[in-house]
Order: sequence, then structure tokens, then C-alpha cells
Amino acid sequence: MKPFDYARAQSPSDAVSRYGPGTMYLGGGTNLVDLMRLGVAAPDHLVDVSRLPLDAIEPVRDRLRIGAAVRNSDLAADPLVRSRYPMLSRAVLTGASGQVRNMATVAGNLLQRTRCPYFQDVTRPCNKREPGTGCPAIEGDHANLAVLGASDACVATHPSDMAVALAALDAEVHVTGPAGDRIIPMPGLHRLPGDAPERDTVLDPGMLITAVELPAPPPGASLYRKVRERASFAFALVSIAAVLDVRWDGVVTECRIALGGVAHAPWRAERAERAIIGGPATGEAYLRAAEAELDQARPLPRNAFKLPLARNLIVRTLEELTP
Amino acid sequence: MDITEQVGVQVDVQVNGVPHTVAVDPRISLLDLLRERLGLTGSKKGCDHGQCGACTVLIDGRRANSCLALAVAVDGCEITTVEGLASGEELHPLQAAFIEHDAFQCGYCTPGQLCSAVGMLGEPGPSAVTADLLLDPGLTPEEIRERMSGNLCRCGAYPGIVAAIGEVAP
Repeated sequence: MKPFDYARAQSPSDAVSRYGPGTMYLGGGTNLVDLMRLGVAAPDHLVDVSRLPLDAIEPVRDRLRIGAAVRNSDLAADPLVRSRYPMLSRAVLTGASGQVRNMATVAGNLLQRTRCPYFQDVTRPCNKREPGTGCPAIEGDHANLAVLGASDACVATHPSDMAVALAALDAEVHVTGPAGDRIIPMPGLHRLPGDAPERDTVLDPGMLITAVELPAPPPGASLYRKVRERASFAFALVSIAAVLDVRWDGVVTECRIALGGVAHAPWRAERAERAIIGGPATGEAYLRAAEAELDQARPLPRNAFKLPLARNLIVRTLEELTP
Repeated sequence: MDITEQVGVQVDVQVNGVPHTVAVDPRISLLDLLRERLGLTGSKKGCDHGQCGACTVLIDGRRANSCLALAVAVDGCEITTVEGLASGEELHPLQAAFIEHDAFQCGYCTPGQLCSAVGMLGEPGPSAVTADLLLDPGLTPEEIRERMSGNLCRCGAYPGIVAAIGEVAP
């Protein structure tokens, strides 16, 4: 591991003032410390923000404010999250292990890097790690990489489960930084790779996430489901966070679908949502909407299985949510 | 600050009730601090990537992968390792249950399994397999398996591990 110096920030503004070239913020470290050990991340300066007083979960009118340093396990176990935003609790609980959830923070979960095998292997080219070197995944091991919104430069996926639920809940990410405070609505924090895959998010250098705010829970029922290669402690092949509300006459009045494991960002299936809202709450309608969404997919030879998987997951989940 | 000036960063930790003040390179993990500097070799280095759980310890009472924690980041914390579970000659109930249920073969994952189980038994709330999020479920074998999924056992002693934890679970 490359040498670095370490400082513990005393406040968010102290953290931001310590930020400069070669600086990275340290949360729980479950991803960053591993990346430093692998040589993928090589900061000169580490500013520890894990003990900032940003560890509260508190209602603000009909909203819920979640501090950036709240541990994933505390988020999932919080009584208000469990009762009002069960999908978020479920999503967090399907991620990682008990040990990792105890360490990982909310902000760190959002800012974790892709688990693309080429990104994590410094002996291989990778446009995300070293811009302009190429993407071996397109010809190589891409079985768990992106089918939607990818580019010729990068087919990485964002690995977070929590972020998928936050995208479906229309969460806001509160940020402070050298240029002041900002609020970024999910799923807009994460970007698609385009020709700049080295940028996972829209954050500028030095910006620090301070909180995630959830609007009032959406009407209707919600579910988070995750399909993976083993039953626990594995990343999603495809996951879904879905919200559905159906009127007495069988017409869908609210539908939100966010997909994980399929793109460089949590993927809000807006085409499918538009097709479903205002129509009948039937499996046939869900299937047509899922197919319309996935029409824009560009699978690679070894990840095309994700398309029927995603289609079936959308249909089955919405059917389960239909009263 | 110049990096060479920081090679010895002072860290105060209490390990199994004993206070230590050590100067560490900011790069070393809590696991390496425990094993290489404090001579506590019970915690094991398996994968060194947070995937196997052999290095699991309790940090301020909560289970964590000590390979992923920088030693400098646990300054001021209380650490419990497998060496700190027993009271003198009296084994922790989980240690006794592991022996009773033959919950290991080679034993390499056992310190991590034990610390993880101690931490897990104190954790509130549901797991990914809990049917009703609003109820605290009993620790059924299914619940134990899910909650212990961060600890791998290459010998495949899982049936004994689940039985041992199930015996001690409230």
C-alpha cells in the first residue's frame, strides 16, 4: 500500500477544508481500504469522516433524515425505517455481511466502487481506473456487468443495493463542499459512464455527503428483491426496488421501478413506469412494460441472461405487489 | 504534513481490557496491529479483503472485519478478540458449545466464527430472511445461517456451527 497521512476530521467543514489534491475521505473503509490494498486507490491524504456527528436518523416533518455516517446495520434496524420504508431496510439487509454492515456508512455505501474484475486488477487495462487504457471486460468476463446505459468505454455496474431502494424512494443526497451545499435527487447522484467512466458520480472534488433525506413514504406497497449467485453475501445479478399502488377499480395510480446490477447507476425504469401508471394492474401489462424498458438494453454475449431475468423479476415483483 | 513524519501515529486501544499505546504506520490494519505488534494471533488472516470473516473481532462491542479497519481509525476503541472471550479458565458459552457440537475441523475460521457469533447475538432487528420486519424473530437455523454468512468455513463445519450457536441463542 502506498504511504499516506491520516487525519480525523472534527466537523464537515473541517473535512472539506482539509481536502486537496490526492485526498480521499474515509468512511467505514470496507471498500476503500480494500482498494488501497489492491493498489486501485492510492491517496496521499486520508481524511477520516467516519466519526463526524452525522450519525443520527431523525424525522423532519413527514420526511426522514439519515446522517451520512450512520452505519448500514443501524439504518436497517431503525424502527422508523423498518415501519415506514421497509424496502430500504430490506435492501440494506441483502447487502454484504453482518460485519461489513456494522462498519460501512450510508455515504460510503453510495460511493463504493464497481466490483468489475478488471477495475480491481491493476495488472489489467481499465478505463475507469486509468482513462484511455481500454475495457477488457467487453471482450472478457462481463457476465455480471451492465446491460443498460453502458458505453464502449465501460460496462461496469454499481454494486449497491441501498442505492437502488433510495432511487425508488426519490431520496435526496445532501452534500457540502468547497462551493457550498447542494441537494442531489436520486438516482441523479450516479452517472452513466459515457466517455468519462472514471467519474462514478456527479460530485465534484472535495464534496462530502452529509445526509440522505427521504420524502414521505410513497403510497401503496413496496418490495426489494435480489437475484444472486448464492443465497447470502453476494452482489446482485439483478435486483429491483418496486412500489405499486392500485385503485379500487384495478387501475395503477403509482408505480416506481428501480433496477440494480444492470447499469453504472441505479436504473429507474421510467419507460416501464409510464407504461404501467394509468393502466390495468395485470401481469400482461407489466410484461409489456418490462419489455418496453428492456428494448433499450445492449447486452454482451455473456450477460444477455440478465434481460429475461430482469423482465421476469419486474413482472413477478409487480404481480406480488398487486392487491 | 510530510508523510515520513507520520510513520508513527499514536494509537490508544484497549484490547481485551488491557490498554495499549502504540505508534503505527497509518497503513497497517487493526488485524496486523493485533497479530504483529500485540502478539494476539488468535484473529486470523484469511482473505485480507473482508470476504472470509476469519479476522472478525468486536470493536466497541460490534463485530467487524479487522482486516478492513485501519489501526489509526480505531484509536480510542475497545477491541475484543477471541483471546478475550473466556473468563480465566472458564470458556465463553459459545466456545463450550463449539466443542460440544464439533463445530470446527481445522480451526482456522473458529476465532472469527466465535467473535462473529458473540456480536451477532447482541444485534437487534431483522435479517434478510426475516418474514416480518417489525418483529424480532427467534434465531432459527435459517436466521443463524443468514446472520453468519460473513464467516466462511472451508472445512464445511457449518452444521456444527449452526447447532452450537443455536444452543447458546436466547
